[in-house]
Amino acid sequence: MEREVISILVDNHAGVLTRVSSMFGRRGFNIDSLTVSATSNPAISRITVVVRADEDSLEQIIKQTARLEETRDIFVLKRENSLFRELLLVKVAADETTRSQIREIAGIYKAKIIDLSIGSMVMELTGEPEKIDAFLKILSTYRILEMCRTGITALERGGQESGPVGQ
Amino acid sequence: MKLTGADIIAEVLIEQGVDTIFGYPGGAVLNIYDSLYKYRDRIQHVMTAHEQGAAHAADGYARITGKTGVVLSTSGPGATNLVTGIATAYMDSIPMVAITGNVGTSLIGKDSFQEVFITGITMPITKHNYTVRDVNKLADTLRDAFRIAQSGRKGPVLVDVPKDVTAAVAEFERKLAGKFKYVTNLEEQDIRRVTDALNRAERPVIYFGGGVVASGAGEDLRELVRKADIPAAYTLMAAGVMGYEDPHNLGLLGMHGGLVSNLAVDQADLVLAFGTRFDDRVASDTEKFARNAKVVHIDIDPSEVNKNVRVDYSLVGDAGDVIRAMLPFVEEKRHEEWMNWINEKKKADYHPVDDDRVIRPHQLMRSLCRMAGEDAVYVTDVGQHQMWAAQYIRHVKPRSFLTSGGLGTMGYGYGAAIGATFGCGGKRRVIHITGDGSFHMNMNEACTAVSYHLPIITVIMNNQVLGMVRQWQTAFYDGRYSSTDPHRKTNFAKVAEGFGAKGFRCETLAEFETAMEQALKEDGPVWIDCAIEKDEKVLPMIPAGASVDEIMLN
Repeated sequence: MEREVISILVDNHAGVLTRVSSMFGRRGFNIDSLTVSATSNPAISRITVVVRADEDSLEQIIKQTARLEETRDIFVLKRENSLFRELLLVKVAADETTRSQIREIAGIYKAKIIDLSIGSMVMELTGEPEKIDAFLKILSTYRILEMCRTGITALERGGQESGPVGQ
Repeated sequence: MKLTGADIIAEVLIEQGVDTIFGYPGGAVLNIYDSLYKYRDRIQHVMTAHEQGAAHAADGYARITGKTGVVLSTSGPGATNLVTGIATAYMDSIPMVAITGNVGTSLIGKDSFQEVFITGITMPITKHNYTVRDVNKLADTLRDAFRIAQSGRKGPVLVDVPKDVTAAVAEFERKLAGKFKYVTNLEEQDIRRVTDALNRAERPVIYFGGGVVASGAGEDLRELVRKADIPAAYTLMAAGVMGYEDPHNLGLLGMHGGLVSNLAVDQADLVLAFGTRFDDRVASDTEKFARNAKVVHIDIDPSEVNKNVRVDYSLVGDAGDVIRAMLPFVEEKRHEEWMNWINEKKKADYHPVDDDRVIRPHQLMRSLCRMAGEDAVYVTDVGQHQMWAAQYIRHVKPRSFLTSGGLGTMGYGYGAAIGATFGCGGKRRVIHITGDGSFHMNMNEACTAVSYHLPIITVIMNNQVLGMVRQWQTAFYDGRYSSTDPHRKTNFAKVAEGFGAKGFRCETLAEFETAMEQALKEDGPVWIDCAIEKDEKVLPMIPAGASVDEIMLN
């Protein structure tokens, strides 16, 4: 099953996220991540969903979402012409012996250290999900105390505005 | 003009052409009921015994008229009691607007008395729903609700109105009700791909469902059938569309459809599916369903295409529009060999044996529709009686066989029969066919039929057990009759009398016919309790998940 990133433009109403996610739950669509964000049009919100789906279920996900009254537009973001970003916050146990090693890794990945305590440090990293996966994999040799990923947010490349946002 | 929210609701109903609504009053809708009192010369409010009955009544009203059924209830339990009725309408794509009261906006979210988050509860069973928090948005929200209920694939919409919004005042301007004309948009090449396949086909079959009823496409469908000589089978939702004497009518398809209809789909080289959704009661084994055929799916809802079965071609649009677009490219043709094969198979189909000493289901249905006449409307509950009715009731007009197909709601029938009676203005004979199991669920609505003096004849197929579940226990659970034989001692004739209705009890077909004769003379509700042998089965039967290969004929 492929991992697909879907962008859904919806009316910015109370409850619209519930409506979309409830439909996903009911139909048994698997969500890897889901983010909601504002667009340049205050009446429209963007929901970015990452799903694991084969061709048939991707078709159903798109059609069932399009059926909802508050869906304005829905499209699959193809890897070739889209930008995917995710934000990570990770807290790692760090003492005098490991602190500099972790700093070195953070440097390679261009992660920012945003908090330093006696026993731990918190880093922030933005990037493609694969980069974040790789960073976490390296960090896993240390003790990760807590972490939080936002899920993917995405846009298509190029000059075009998609859907009703720009109207 | 300045109006209160409650008056705005009444005004929009009138504007939308609504003259009858079904409901039950309560605290949160007192203002609305006060307006209904004021508007009582223009809107008839039918009060049921239970909100579920009101929801089914609105559904029955919508099914028989094609108009949007309207149901009104109070907050909390009033609203939750609608849920089964709304879900029933949703599964069968029936246009309905449900209006619920709610506690005042300042009390929402505080677990106030009779507060429930009904928009959350009904989200998956409505096309859309709203909570109106601003009286200035009330009129347009209600108009949207009617538009959504009737547009494209029809269905229920719920509008939740907090009590303070019904009291608040806003400027209201009357508007003409919008016409919800769906526009079918097809490319000629797509149509031709389908008609070319049809013109090439040697063993074509049509299988059609509720979408043909919703579209009013019966005549178009019959023209297509005649022109290209295509046998056609229907789903439970489309009884009455094809004449029963029509040689192309294959009858009911699916789990309890005939051998011949199921075999025809199995052997066809082309299946045209109109306004139907390959649900598991028809395409039980999706791998084997129509396994020799190219499948064409015609439906108004694009999300139905490739949902349950992957198809070879699809045309998205209103069934009638699509057929009319196809017809010019369809060659006139005879499929003699194919029709002969079908007629040959008809002999091997299940044919029950008569027995006048008891009441056999097929004989009961035969007598019933002979006596009720061709104009009768049949409303069923859910279970064996429903399948017998679908199999053996003949000469039904379109929109005259009302049944809960998708959700399979036991207890649907009486409420729906009440709605249907109002829908036809009492001009047609409404027959409610039920089982003792289903009827025990919602027989309370008898009081409504008595209050409004509705000439509904209820035929209870009383086998003392939950026949359909028991039939499965016989076939698949070695006769372990777990909770299907409740030993109830209900005397339906007496209960009918207790409600102020008439009641009869019969043990033989002759007794039934006598009772029916009397019932037809009554102008109020009548119950006819018919003894049915508890081992009577609905046959044929294709077990769940199986194909016609495993059809059971005895």
